[in-house]
Amino acid sequence: MAGNEKIKDASNYLRGTLLEGLADTSTGALCDDDTQLTKFHGIYQQDNRDVRAERRKKKLEPAYSFMIRVRVPGGVSTPEQWLEMDRLAHTYANGTLKLTTRQAFQFHGVIKSNLKKTVYEINQSLFDTLAACGDVNRNVMCNPNPDESEVHAEVQELASRISNHLSPRTGAYHEIWIDDGSGEKQKVTYDPPILDHFDTAEEPIYGKHYLPRKFKTVVAVPPSNDVDIFAHCLGYIAIVEQKKVVGYNVTVGGGMGMTHGSEDTFPRLADVMGFCTPDQAVAVAEAVVIAQKIFGNREDRKNARLKYTVERMGIDSFRNEVERLLGYKLGKPRPFKFEHNGDRFGWTKDHKGNFHYTMFIANGRVLDTDEYQMMTGLREIAKVHRGDFRLTANQNLQIGNVSKAAKPKIEKLLKDYKILDANGASGLRLNSMACVALPTCGLSLAESERYLPDLISELDEVLEQAGLRHDAITVRMTGCPNGCARPYIAEIGFVGRGPGTYNLYLGAGFCGDRLNKLYRQSVKSTDIKAVIGPIIRDYAHNRKSGERFGDFVIRQGYVNATNVGHDFHKDLKPEALGA
Amino acid sequence: MQIPENAPFTLEQRTKLNSILAALNPAQQTWVSGFFSGIVSSAAASTAQTATAPELTILFGTESGNSEELADRTKKLAAKYGYKSKVVNMSETDTKKLSASKNLLVIVSTWGDGDPPDTATGFYKELMGDGAAKFSNTSFSVLALGDSSYEKFCEIGKKIDRRLEELGGKRVFDRVDCDVNYEANWETWSAGALKAFPVGTSSAPQTTVVATAAAASEGFGKKNPFPAILEEKILLNGTGSAKETLHLELNLEGSGLQYEVGDALAIVPTNRDQDVEWVLLATGLDANTKLGDKTLAEAIKHDFDITSLTSRIAGKYNEIAKDTKLTALLDPENKKQFAEWSYGRQFIDLLEDFPCKTLTADSLTGLLRGMAPRLYSIASSPKAHENEVHLTIAAVRYQTHGKSRVGVASTYTADLVEKGDKIPVYVHSNKNFRLPVDPSTPIIMIGPGTGIAPFRAFVEERQAIGATGKNWLFFGDQHYSYDFLYQLEWQNFLKEGVLNRLDVAFSRDQPEKIYVQHKLLQASAEVYKWIADGACVYVCGDANRMAHDVNSALIEIIAKQGAKSAEEAEACLAEMKKAKRYQRDVY
Repeated sequence: MAGNEKIKDASNYLRGTLLEGLADTSTGALCDDDTQLTKFHGIYQQDNRDVRAERRKKKLEPAYSFMIRVRVPGGVSTPEQWLEMDRLAHTYANGTLKLTTRQAFQFHGVIKSNLKKTVYEINQSLFDTLAACGDVNRNVMCNPNPDESEVHAEVQELASRISNHLSPRTGAYHEIWIDDGSGEKQKVTYDPPILDHFDTAEEPIYGKHYLPRKFKTVVAVPPSNDVDIFAHCLGYIAIVEQKKVVGYNVTVGGGMGMTHGSEDTFPRLADVMGFCTPDQAVAVAEAVVIAQKIFGNREDRKNARLKYTVERMGIDSFRNEVERLLGYKLGKPRPFKFEHNGDRFGWTKDHKGNFHYTMFIANGRVLDTDEYQMMTGLREIAKVHRGDFRLTANQNLQIGNVSKAAKPKIEKLLKDYKILDANGASGLRLNSMACVALPTCGLSLAESERYLPDLISELDEVLEQAGLRHDAITVRMTGCPNGCARPYIAEIGFVGRGPGTYNLYLGAGFCGDRLNKLYRQSVKSTDIKAVIGPIIRDYAHNRKSGERFGDFVIRQGYVNATNVGHDFHKDLKPEALGA
Repeated sequence: MQIPENAPFTLEQRTKLNSILAALNPAQQTWVSGFFSGIVSSAAASTAQTATAPELTILFGTESGNSEELADRTKKLAAKYGYKSKVVNMSETDTKKLSASKNLLVIVSTWGDGDPPDTATGFYKELMGDGAAKFSNTSFSVLALGDSSYEKFCEIGKKIDRRLEELGGKRVFDRVDCDVNYEANWETWSAGALKAFPVGTSSAPQTTVVATAAAASEGFGKKNPFPAILEEKILLNGTGSAKETLHLELNLEGSGLQYEVGDALAIVPTNRDQDVEWVLLATGLDANTKLGDKTLAEAIKHDFDITSLTSRIAGKYNEIAKDTKLTALLDPENKKQFAEWSYGRQFIDLLEDFPCKTLTADSLTGLLRGMAPRLYSIASSPKAHENEVHLTIAAVRYQTHGKSRVGVASTYTADLVEKGDKIPVYVHSNKNFRLPVDPSTPIIMIGPGTGIAPFRAFVEERQAIGATGKNWLFFGDQHYSYDFLYQLEWQNFLKEGVLNRLDVAFSRDQPEKIYVQHKLLQASAEVYKWIADGACVYVCGDANRMAHDVNSALIEIIAKQGAKSAEEAEACLAEMKKAKRYQRDVY
């Protein structure tokens, strides 16, 4: 049994010794086992890796703090909630808000003594952090695309229903974070399980061991694949007929994470398993979760995601198990077509006549700098805005549902705070994403969020010269191979291998329908421009009309196409590893 | 032949004496030495002792231990004059007992803004109050200790002096006020007062009293600081902190200096070059002017306090400068204006705001008081660190009136000395901050900021001697992540069971300010239980606010938990103070 399974087993439904650990003021950390459990509560213990060595000498323990992830189903936040997140970021966190690649808010740098207050106040704002991380169904994503706003409300509602239905039921969360000492237990009501598969009273769906590994669910409305539906465990592709959602194609078995040097681990795009009606959608989610609970690998966490379960069983067997749990057959998948996985920036108008403004936020980091008071600007907008804020899956932000009458007012604030200028960045930058990485993420092997903006500035010079400034090319960087910024479905992907060293991947599909392939292993950051520059220039001269960069590099033979996940490490060009 | 720097002479006297001594031939030297010893012994002979030894009470009130040390030395001296004397701590007496004394010497210091030493508060209140006993049969003299950089210089000595007279006492020798370098004034006062008592005129020193010019041969100490090698210097605050707290480890090997936990270490600092340059620039004096065997620049850098600014110094300066504006500012009517002007200003501002072109090197140094050593509570136990002494020092830096200002000694250690350099130090004993004699007595230690220093020493000591008493520490600072001084050590002490409980308060980690007193109040029931079980309570750190707030919190705890009135709780705390169960080292 994997180590984490023992921790879950002994945790009494995620309680562990968290209350005792929070009360111990001699350390800013929690004990090791508890740090695994906090993830289920949306909390990661981290430390500032930049200062580890100096602190030991200063007789200080590592600079521990906590990252708190707020579950925001579909990424939709009211202006009041936005203001509250802004306030909490300044009161307890490091003064910034991170919009994640999975449409969640993230606070960084919350110290242990402020942890309970922060989580409590998040809950007061009617968000929560439960299951934002951990071996459970995490934040349910949904496409915020305003072009399809007639069905947005419906798919958004599905995202919320799945989120609620698959929430852990344990009382631990409320006991630890919400109990204000008044003795009054807040009562939370959940829907009962749908299927005839009762586990334990405290956790009827999950049972005491929860899932073998994290579980991610998304909903998408074609033609936009901004949520990267194939990169997640479970996906719903809305099938729209006559402006109504008639049902969903259900996808299973996608996932990004892998381990350097271990070919048994690989990113995998999800399979389309079948079709379900809107009424069946939540039951299908429950069935897939239960199937993974039963068949997932609990011996080896590196092989425990649903993608490996599906890979091992084959999609047909897995579908049979799901259908057995459901008690009925899924329908045949319907046709659909995705066109892109990026965001469309600027103003758009929907069928009701409301306006939506999508703004570029570099790496999803909302903050103020001397030059750009973005965080203040958004706060001022939130104070007058009557619509909503929508976090996109690409770490950007949409100011949604602005009425015609309110548009000039919002537009003026966008202008005053130079937010309009942000969308003037190059096509490469607008389609870029980076994970947090150093200094706080414990997994990172190399810089990401702190480095990608500079790298893009370097590459922009090449693009400018080649006349490609406005061409959209997806570029994503992560500090480790676990894939938070979904680097394996970027046309240009960088994955950290060591300090200042990255694996370079090329050739993914522009709409998130094909994985990329290793082009060069262990490229020094100082060499990246020299390695990619010639390819970009080649693309400028020799691309076919409308040909995407990811397709071009395959046609020109820079890399071979990766058609299925288990081929990710195969068919490499000899120079990819050697050189 | 040179008169040592620490001999009881002004610089001017020393310079003159040195120039004369240098010119003497050996025969002349012998003649001079015989001449002086002749004067002293004939004085002794003319006042030969006759009657039985008269009694003398030497009363002291002390905060840092200076008054106590002087009281002990006065007692030794008094013996030579033929007195049978006893030394009494203000914390352990009252006016009724004291008024029985025929001959009374008082040595008392003033703290902060004109406050009595912590341990003397009870006695002082009683003396000043309506219920004080009469001193009609008492002859007295007062030695007041203080620091002239504070406005209410020697205030408590002055008040006690006045009060004793009001209560019928007969002043036999005028009060002497001492600044931080009190040695010479003590000598004047002690010799004068001991001779002035009605009986004292007939008694006299039985042996020759010679100023202790030869201190160097007595080993290292206040008069002859030991140049200790700085072995380690660590900035304890993490990156991101607004604080600058240094941990210093000094080597005492070969010094013969010994200390106990609770003692302080005195550092004799050097002024930073910038301050010296400012003074030279403002006065227009030549840095190379000879002043004895040093240049003016060297002398200012090493020997004088060039930062303090008080109305006293300003007054002396204006005798030379005769500046109309300064004269107006110094008018007693304009006390408030002077206070406003001098706030955040230093000596340099006096020179710059009221320039005087007639200042000479001599008249400048005549204005200044000598470089004051700074005391730092020792942060180590000699039992845990043989031949070493550790300090925890916060560097003081601030910006006022367009100038960067510094705490001289703290930034001397922060900026001017590095590992391997030597720092002049001596041990300053503090008998009023001692671990309980019984090692099984529990202790509560409250030490935010650099107030943590002696408690690191305490816990190390208690571990080294295998003390079984429980130890509870309250610590506080600005930020948990950056300012948790000695965090890893506390974690180890907890793990090893030496430290039984640790409560921390970090004021700037959340919207509301949380200080150690809040943590004390939160733990009221437990704190009271410890006190009821006999715990000693120690407070170290900021005197201005923290010590006061902690004191109030303790009163509140005793009142609430012990179902007492505030007055009763206060009395209870005063009783603890008397019994040395409530000790403070605040600054």
